[in-house]
Amino acid sequence: MSAAERLDAEALYAELLAGVRRLLKPGGALVGITSGGAWLAERLQRDLGLAGAPGVLSIALHRDDFSERGLAGGAANTKLPFEIDGRHIVLVDDVLYTGRTIRAAVNELYDFGRPASVALAVLVDRGGRELPIAAACAPATIELPADKRIRLARDDGGKFRFEIR
Amino acid sequence: MFGRRNPQLNANDELIHLLSIEGLPQATLQHILDTAGTFLSVNERDVKKVPLLRGKSVFNLFFENSTRTRTTFEIAAKRLSADVINLDIARSSTAKGESLLDTIANLSAMHADMFVVRHSESGAPYLIAQHCAPHVHVVNAGDGRHSHPTQGLLDMYTIRHYKHDFTQLTVAIVGDIVHSRVARSDIHALTTLGVPEIRAVGPKTLVPGDLREMGVRVCHDMAEGVRDADVIIMLRLQNERMSGAMLPSAGEYFKTFGLDAAKLALAKPDAIVMHPGPINRGVEIDSAVVDGQQSVILPQVTFGIAVRMAVMSIIAGNSP
Repeated sequence: MSAAERLDAEALYAELLAGVRRLLKPGGALVGITSGGAWLAERLQRDLGLAGAPGVLSIALHRDDFSERGLAGGAANTKLPFEIDGRHIVLVDDVLYTGRTIRAAVNELYDFGRPASVALAVLVDRGGRELPIAAACAPATIELPADKRIRLARDDGGKFRFEIR
Repeated sequence: MFGRRNPQLNANDELIHLLSIEGLPQATLQHILDTAGTFLSVNERDVKKVPLLRGKSVFNLFFENSTRTRTTFEIAAKRLSADVINLDIARSSTAKGESLLDTIANLSAMHADMFVVRHSESGAPYLIAQHCAPHVHVVNAGDGRHSHPTQGLLDMYTIRHYKHDFTQLTVAIVGDIVHSRVARSDIHALTTLGVPEIRAVGPKTLVPGDLREMGVRVCHDMAEGVRDADVIIMLRLQNERMSGAMLPSAGEYFKTFGLDAAKLALAKPDAIVMHPGPINRGVEIDSAVVDGQQSVILPQVTFGIAVRMAVMSIIAGNSP
């Protein structure tokens, strides 16, 4: 069993929760990237005792591989139930890899306003960056062959685990 | 006429042109409507623009004038960040005797990525789709009496928005059905989406009995046509129908088939009233109904932009 397959998503979540608690500034807000990041943001919102719902970002309209992949799948809507202007944002995702998703997410965020700051929190950093992007909080760092995909899954009871294919 | 393959779809059954609703699978229509829902929210952002078609050139080729339709396509393409070139061909090259395919070859040499075509001849967009370079996409913005697929799709989006489920609905289309490409596109789309009762309502000269072959119920009596309907789609009455002796007079037509409050009261209490525009108040529809609670004519316009954004981004993302 490789290190990647031994990842305990629930244990990492506890570390993420502590990290986000530290990162979140007064009046700040959580924004999760669909779908894994949105699940994490939803649970973090609850566990941090924050009022209202976290923001949800879909990156479908800012993907950089549109000319190769087209509008693959149905694009979920971005929902930001608060003003972005002047707010400190903690952007949440499950896995940080090339950085392209985060680039698209920041562009999407800026279509709604101008945040005071944006920090990134992820469960897992798998390296392989293709853009100058770094996470402020990443409980685990793993190495995974380029042909493998890792993503977060959520069971009916709301517990997290990783799927590697 | 193009062999067995639907010329709108590639080998993976993905949409590469939008020429007609006829022959498109239900899943394709639903995918377009779902995608349009995503784009609807773009219009509410601070930045009403997404970069999907950045660097692409969309040519609006209107061989027949229609400022409004052209404008909606232009807005849709610009919100997708495309460069839009409007060619009013009705007044330029064809007037000088250039053939349609020569015009297309010329514009292709200017590196067009998409043609939006309005033409008075049925089938012109098909001809263009067949002869343009493989990477070029074609959208039919209305061809002759044949088809107006984006209007059909925006009508479906509107119906789905207000009624949610197509499979329980009665939809009445009222007016000049026989000359209307909108009516034909609506009928094909409603049929594909599973609407159990589609009524074609109007006088015999405009709603001939052979429309039954399209699977619709033909009604020459307005009361019968709109009774218990969930959706009423009014069509514009073109002035030339009046002078062409297909109808007695505008006043007579309004009395018989014009939608006023009394006739609307025969439909379901929550029925919606639609119209593709431009409206002739007092000819096919009463002013009070246009401005009334049940009218969704202006939302149709808003949805039309989102639907055209969806169509353009879907076809541009699929390769031949």
